[in-house]
Amino acid sequence: MEPVTQVSGHMAPLDLADVDTDQIIPKQFLKRIERTGYGPFLFYDWRARGNFVLDRPEHKGASVLVAGANFGCGSSREHAPWALRDFGFKAIIAPSFADIFRNNCYKTGLLALTLPESQVRHLMDLVTEDPTVEVTVDLRAQRVHGDGFDYRFEIDSFAREMLLGGLDDISLVERHDSDIAAYEKNRPEWLPTGR
Amino acid sequence: MAKTLAQKLWDAHVVHSAQGEPDLLFVDLHLVHEVTSPQAFEGLRLAGRKVRRPDLTIATMDHNVPTRGGVRAADELSRKQMEVLAENCRREGIPLHQIGSRRQGIVHVIGPELGLTQPGMLIVCGDSHTSTHGAFGALAFGIGTSEVELVLATQCLPQKRQGDIAVEVSGDLPLGVTAKDIVLGLIGKTGTSLGQGHLVEYRGSTIRGLSMEGRMTVCNMSIEWGAKAGMIAPDETTFNYLEGRPHAPRGAAWEAALDSWRSLTSDDDAPFDRVIPVDATKLEPHVTWGTTPAQVVPVTGRVPAPRSETDERALRYMDLRPGTALADIAIDRVFIGSCTNARLEDLRAAASVIHGRHVHPKVRAMVVPGSTSVKRAAEDEGLDAVFKAAGFEWRNAGCSMCLGMNPDILAPGERCASTSNRNFEGRQGSGGRTHLMSPPMAAAAAITGHLVDVRELM
Repeated sequence: MEPVTQVSGHMAPLDLADVDTDQIIPKQFLKRIERTGYGPFLFYDWRARGNFVLDRPEHKGASVLVAGANFGCGSSREHAPWALRDFGFKAIIAPSFADIFRNNCYKTGLLALTLPESQVRHLMDLVTEDPTVEVTVDLRAQRVHGDGFDYRFEIDSFAREMLLGGLDDISLVERHDSDIAAYEKNRPEWLPTGR
Repeated sequence: MAKTLAQKLWDAHVVHSAQGEPDLLFVDLHLVHEVTSPQAFEGLRLAGRKVRRPDLTIATMDHNVPTRGGVRAADELSRKQMEVLAENCRREGIPLHQIGSRRQGIVHVIGPELGLTQPGMLIVCGDSHTSTHGAFGALAFGIGTSEVELVLATQCLPQKRQGDIAVEVSGDLPLGVTAKDIVLGLIGKTGTSLGQGHLVEYRGSTIRGLSMEGRMTVCNMSIEWGAKAGMIAPDETTFNYLEGRPHAPRGAAWEAALDSWRSLTSDDDAPFDRVIPVDATKLEPHVTWGTTPAQVVPVTGRVPAPRSETDERALRYMDLRPGTALADIAIDRVFIGSCTNARLEDLRAAASVIHGRHVHPKVRAMVVPGSTSVKRAAEDEGLDAVFKAAGFEWRNAGCSMCLGMNPDILAPGERCASTSNRNFEGRQGSGGRTHLMSPPMAAAAAITGHLVDVRELM
């Protein structure tokens, strides 16, 4: 994975709570066997109805999505962050995320950051008023800043290191091979196998 | 120090822990299906890695299998996903219960019925409803595709410690009220995200009184209020369910397992971050009116006035007006199925309402058993005949219209009484409208052609 340190660009507002992964990427697009190519299907049903906020000319090319609480709830489909990434987003800011979705974002190199509701509201109002507002998400400094605002965010320290280093977590776990082997030896004998 | 059941399960699976790092946990059982695994196997192959424990990995086909006509009825992309899964399993030596085989079924139905799901285990699957397996006193949760790849490669998963919530359900369930109503009523109180970052233990006299099927229904929907996992301490009900199943321990191993399983309870003074009491005696059959499972009311109620923009959006999508009595809402379709409510007991409960009655002429109703073995057992006791005589379609096992990845979908604007777990916009088909409820409630709606209190038909 490529290291992720900083994202700068424009924001796009999605002022809705409980946006579920069925909306982010509807099920008919989960049948591909690749990890890429999902961008055109992002929010497919909502965009098909016309005038969807992400399709408005003023939000074209935005790299930071500002969203409502409990973003990404529902299914575990990693296709959701893949679609957001393929569409061009590099960071998502919301008051809260569903746990599996947030994990999936980190694995995809997508910065899923929580800020208090009032600060998310401020960003939402800023971009709604002026879509050209610039924002920088600085993962190293744990800050979201721009003209007239500077917010600090908390992020799981391990996830942060993984993102900053672009680390492959499989290699990291493989370093514990002897611990894993020792654990395997001590497992109770009655535990089932598929055989 | 006194520990919760969840923390005991967690501690028993720690392979490695260090300050400032997530714990590295060992996975006892990794369930795999066709939709969230192809990219994981591809990743392994590209990196030249092999599956570390194919013997602890089990695959099935469920998400996009057609429920009639066999694999040939599948669209080209679905068929391709099934072929790719079969090829991946062949190459890596992973047991696969594929479409057409007698153990095929929804991943969260076959794990328990094969006896693969046992107390004390850590179980993961690339599916958010993996929490179902917690009903056996297991720690079970859903993961994404990258994590599927990590587990295939290492049989381990780094995880950050989670908090503890207890849901204390007490009292006898009134007639016509089911496990589904316990969890729908609960989510109506908690909202969609209270459980985030927590492992939930369901406990109390009502939970003790539930069958394993009912317990699975409750644990299944833990994710719908945001919880990482839901679980129930194992007891005699659990052991009776497991004994004699194909993968359950036998003889001396069974006795050793029982000894260990009996210790899987929360200590008396174990600390929970939050305790949520539920009075079961006050529960009624519940029905969702909106587009999240938290938008739910008793069937005797009315569509509520919107309290947020989310509510207004849901009312528009569902084409409902505040103040409408739920019983005045006509339906077009009925779906009895899904990992939440498609086990033998669920089909029996629905059939008992349907017996001797007929599906309303304007309604199209179907039953999709949770597994091939549930289907066979139901046929052995004549349930299929009850459903068919009433006008229900009797299908083969799969996820089917719970998420509409196969040909079983709602047409735009159609309204469905469904025993599944999610009423999100378009979940059962683009433009389709879903009302979640228990199997007896869905059966009653099929008969009357509108949402109805099943107690009126009892």
